[in-house]
Amino acid sequence: MVTNVTSLGRNGLYDWLVQRISAVVLLVWFVYVGCYAALHEPLTYVQWQGLFTQTWMRIFTLIALLSLCAHAWIGLWTIATDYFSVHLMGKKATALRLLVQVACLAVLAVYLLWCIHILWSI
Amino acid sequence: MLKCFDKILLFKINFLLSYFWREAGNRVQSKRPVNLDIGTIALPLAAITSITHRISGIIVFVGMAGLLWLFDLSLSGEAGFASAAQVLGSAVMKFLLWGILTALAYHLVAGCKHLLMDLGLGETKEAAPVGARIVILLSSLLAIVLGFWIW
Repeated sequence: MVTNVTSLGRNGLYDWLVQRISAVVLLVWFVYVGCYAALHEPLTYVQWQGLFTQTWMRIFTLIALLSLCAHAWIGLWTIATDYFSVHLMGKKATALRLLVQVACLAVLAVYLLWCIHILWSI
Repeated sequence: MLKCFDKILLFKINFLLSYFWREAGNRVQSKRPVNLDIGTIALPLAAITSITHRISGIIVFVGMAGLLWLFDLSLSGEAGFASAAQVLGSAVMKFLLWGILTALAYHLVAGCKHLLMDLGLGETKEAAPVGARIVILLSSLLAIVLGFWIW
């Protein structure tokens, strides 16, 4: 079963839980930043920079991005295993799906490193 | 529940695609009638909101590159913040940002419904179209609010 090898935790229940926890973290982050931007409308550079230079916000944003990576990986795994299936496409499906998943992983790694770079170079 | 609708949807997609993947079609369904008129296949509202949840997730995944780029630019200094504002001056960029943020808002609202269903709320067949309508209503409202905010 190649299907399980590419899942985040090799375990459906674990993936399910990680998907929910990361979802809540992301929800709180987006609602918080959205409200901050809305309450400081029109937003200035000083306010925007002030938000992200606080240590707790840097850590919160980093946790949110780690959550995004886990969340996106599980979600894309679900979609990839549903649609790039041997039943739908024949034997080439597995190779194609692995290619897509490696590409997704590369994109998520870039997002994570990029975000760390942004946060610690403000 | 949603996963169940996904399975129904998947079954329909499999049914259509198997016609195109001739090998699979010949092997499995050679003597069965094939309905290729997708317009006649009615998906329940909950199935539509479910597949949209997936699509919006992919849009956010791709759009994240643009959001991070804007995030980087806006935090790179006073001048960077000004140029980020300038980038968002163009109508195309406004529309792109609106599209990505609307997909994000939809994904968050539909995700909240998922979490409520995990708590056992709205899992019945009767509740499914109601939940789907609430998701569409709330995300439409957020799309309008985002539109006002961006323009």
